[in-house]
Amino acid sequence: MAIKKFAVAAYDDEEVLFPAVKKVRKSGYKIHDIYTPFAVHGLDEEMGLKGTDLHIAGFIYGLCGTSTAVGFISWIFTSDWPIIYGGKPHFALPAWIPITFELTVLFAAVGMTLTFCYLNQIMPGVKKHVFHPRQSDDLFVMAIELNNHTSEEEAIAFLKATGAKETSIQVAEASWWYGRWDKKEPYELQHAR
Amino acid sequence: MHIKYESFVREPLVDGNKNYHQVSEDIIGPIERKPGRMWYVGFIFSVILLLFGIFSVTWAVYWGLGTWGVNRTVGWGWDITNFVWWIGIGHAGTLISAILLLFRQGWRTGVNRAAEAMTIFAVMCAGQFPIWHMGRVWDGFWVLPLPNTRGALWPNFDSPLLWDVFAISTYFTVSLLFWYCGLLPDFALIRDRAKTKLRKLLYGVASFGWTGTAKNWQRHEALALVLAGLSTPLVLSVHTIVSFDFATSVIPGWHTTIFPPYFVAGAVFSGFAMVNTLLVLTRKILHLEEYITIGHLEAMNKIIVLTGSIVGVAYLTELFMSWYSQSWGEMAAFQWRIMGPYWWSYWAMMTCNVVSPQLFWVKKLRRNVPFTFVMSIVVNIGMWFERFVIIVTSTYRDWVPGSWAYYSPTWPEVGFYLGTFGLFFTCYFLFAKYFPVIAVAEIKFVLKTSGDNYKRGMERIDNQSTEEFVHLVHTHHEEEHHEEPAHH
Repeated sequence: MAIKKFAVAAYDDEEVLFPAVKKVRKSGYKIHDIYTPFAVHGLDEEMGLKGTDLHIAGFIYGLCGTSTAVGFISWIFTSDWPIIYGGKPHFALPAWIPITFELTVLFAAVGMTLTFCYLNQIMPGVKKHVFHPRQSDDLFVMAIELNNHTSEEEAIAFLKATGAKETSIQVAEASWWYGRWDKKEPYELQHAR
Repeated sequence: MHIKYESFVREPLVDGNKNYHQVSEDIIGPIERKPGRMWYVGFIFSVILLLFGIFSVTWAVYWGLGTWGVNRTVGWGWDITNFVWWIGIGHAGTLISAILLLFRQGWRTGVNRAAEAMTIFAVMCAGQFPIWHMGRVWDGFWVLPLPNTRGALWPNFDSPLLWDVFAISTYFTVSLLFWYCGLLPDFALIRDRAKTKLRKLLYGVASFGWTGTAKNWQRHEALALVLAGLSTPLVLSVHTIVSFDFATSVIPGWHTTIFPPYFVAGAVFSGFAMVNTLLVLTRKILHLEEYITIGHLEAMNKIIVLTGSIVGVAYLTELFMSWYSQSWGEMAAFQWRIMGPYWWSYWAMMTCNVVSPQLFWVKKLRRNVPFTFVMSIVVNIGMWFERFVIIVTSTYRDWVPGSWAYYSPTWPEVGFYLGTFGLFFTCYFLFAKYFPVIAVAEIKFVLKTSGDNYKRGMERIDNQSTEEFVHLVHTHHEEEHHEEPAHH
């Protein structure tokens, strides 16, 4: 839990957002995050974010699925309880391909989705601060972290100059917490402007 | 940074004068309003069907499977026919969302959400049939490889029937994950717009606290791409494995290597038909004609005529192979299919699946909404008969003429089938009321390249020379940010 102060700018077009991100980074302000209603390609690069390694995690989960299937079935059919089915050998690898494939896909998909939720810190019951109610609708919202030395007025004036349609100063929890979406947090009421 | 431009040759994917906010209004609006009269009528009718299905199944479980028409000769009747039929229908959603994503087909964005929902509900319906066909359903967990006290008795991992258990449960799980990950941003949109406390609370929970940061989206895209890559072979594997249930046996009419591709093509065929049935109704009732356009329906009709023709070729190949094999069992099986006591099912299949879809070669018919609707139902009737033909007409005359039999369903079997319609439509009606039936975030993603009004705004670029265009790319974004989309 860390309550911080943010200067928030809402843009109504991604074509304005991109040059704005460039200017904000150049001027030395720290971008907390940018909230967009849909995936804006290239925004992560523009912000200087690294790519994600989620697919590598997926590959490893897939390998776990493959080895689970092959290991488990071969242990059962060659060691734990060997039975001859349909004249096949005990170690009937070709007949295990379908289940091996299915478990590979299952492990990869479930593992990746859980990792996705963990990395993004999302779960039923998780609550995060929403800087602008239209950030999931039609606005591209950039939040800049302010400290005690940065001037609020200067930051707002700067953001307006980059083409922001709306600007505001907000005091908010920077991370996530468990909470109900239909209730306001005590700090929100305290700092309401 | 790229300029958003798409050729005029392509039809717009979103008609009308839309901006991002209007897209949210059009798609989320119906969720926030009270449903119309038609919704209540349809929903209550579905629930009644579902209850009748539950009654029929309870009857069969209580008195035993002797209440069904299946006998020693025809061991699989309507139940497995319906199982294969539903699981086939359940192939379109993942095909649209996964394979068309990999092929970068923009038109999938308008239909993928509803198609994926349909997939999940269809797989739920399909799963009922093998479960209740077990008879002693309380022992159903025996199909799972659980440690047990039955002499460490494990299921047979060499059997296609067990492969089916793994394939279908994996398919259901992965489809559900894929669908739900796509829903997260749209649930967040409903949550942020919500005016009532209850809606804010429920969609807040359903959205998992999604806020759409740059990093969120980056991972979301990575996840969608990999899940699509995994689902593509998965969707092909599921119906392949269903076909193995038949193809690995030695029953004449089943024992054939053509089954896997033939079943997959048939599954796509019936799945797209069911998507058309649902979308023609959904776009009309929820007024989404500008998002699910005639172009979308036409694209699906093209896939229907393609897969219908593949299925037709498969039928003819089967006939040829039965003669070419010169095996009397094979030849007799196919002769009886065509001219035996079940001739009507074979010819219903041929007419509905092979002959009638050929009408879709005519562009006017492909783009005709009522015709599309009627054809989508005809195709699904045909595909039901295909499974009935494969299952019943291969088994009703077996190796011993003394046990030849004629199979007809009894009321609990018919009731079971009607009950799965109840389950399917109950789920679909709830989905249409409480879920965004179109992927809002994905429509917004393609809006500026494929929206009607934005495409019109690009007309001046279309008339430029290459030199002018290059110059424009360099200066356009720096100076002219505030360009409104062209209105008409």
